[in-house]
Amino acid sequence: MNNTSTIESHKDYIGAKMGMWLFLFTELLLFGGLFLIYAVYRYSYHGGFQAGSGELSTIAGTVNTVILITSSLTMAVSISAIQRGNRKLCLAMLLATILFAAAFMVNKYFEWGAKIHHGIYPGSPELLSNDHGTVLFYGLYYVMTGLHGLHVLVGMVLLSIMFFLVYRGRIDSTDFVKLENSGLYWHFVDLIWIFLFPLFYLIT
Amino acid sequence: MKQKKEDIHITGYKNYLLVWLGLMIFTVLTVAVARIDLGSINFLAAMLIASFKALLVITFFMHLLYEQRLFKIMVFFSVVTLAIFIGLTFFDVPFR
Repeated sequence: MNNTSTIESHKDYIGAKMGMWLFLFTELLLFGGLFLIYAVYRYSYHGGFQAGSGELSTIAGTVNTVILITSSLTMAVSISAIQRGNRKLCLAMLLATILFAAAFMVNKYFEWGAKIHHGIYPGSPELLSNDHGTVLFYGLYYVMTGLHGLHVLVGMVLLSIMFFLVYRGRIDSTDFVKLENSGLYWHFVDLIWIFLFPLFYLIT
Repeated sequence: MKQKKEDIHITGYKNYLLVWLGLMIFTVLTVAVARIDLGSINFLAAMLIASFKALLVITFFMHLLYEQRLFKIMVFFSVVTLAIFIGLTFFDVPFR
């Protein structure tokens, strides 16, 4: 009698994924509250928002959009790769995703750095000398892109852990729900940026 | 228990590349449209394009198209909930 072959750990893959989606819904409302504040203030202070947005670099925003969308592509491909049992491609694509995320943060660092260098940061005398709408615009800019940036950092840590698990063979073509869920998180971060980009960089 | 290959849909690399291409085209489009002064239509166009990009990401990258129906219903209701929050607020704000 061979009992060992019949003993299998029970895993609920559908449940795991559903849990991830539920978590993302709470994230949606976290950002949603900020989007609501943004919407009301933009309605009330359109001129100030326009002036503030004009000072942001459209090129920096566009470059970061391209970086993040491309990182979503490499993330999706890494999942397809592991499903097909192509571990090497999966690892390469995961590494690419992490590097794109790093590039996004470096770009963000220079963008924030330049603004802060010019004396534009929450509560700065330079910023407070502007009209109310512009002050609100930059307050929301720092909070919303800051919270988003924090999510990018968390994503980098998460994907690094996934890289390690794939490397060690703990995630393979028969058990990859952890990688799928990390992917869902990463795509969500991309989703938020898809809305932040036109809302902050493209006001006309 | 294994995640069986027969049960799952594996998206081809080429399909993902096409979705990426679509997202790139919409990114260029949204930057281009913002340069033309269309008045209040600018904001509407930007949000419409962003929503379409979001739909592409959710449907294909997040694999929602191939998930069970319950997942689609859940996503639908959470998006509607957020839309109600923001929408209802604007029944108030403009009339103050």
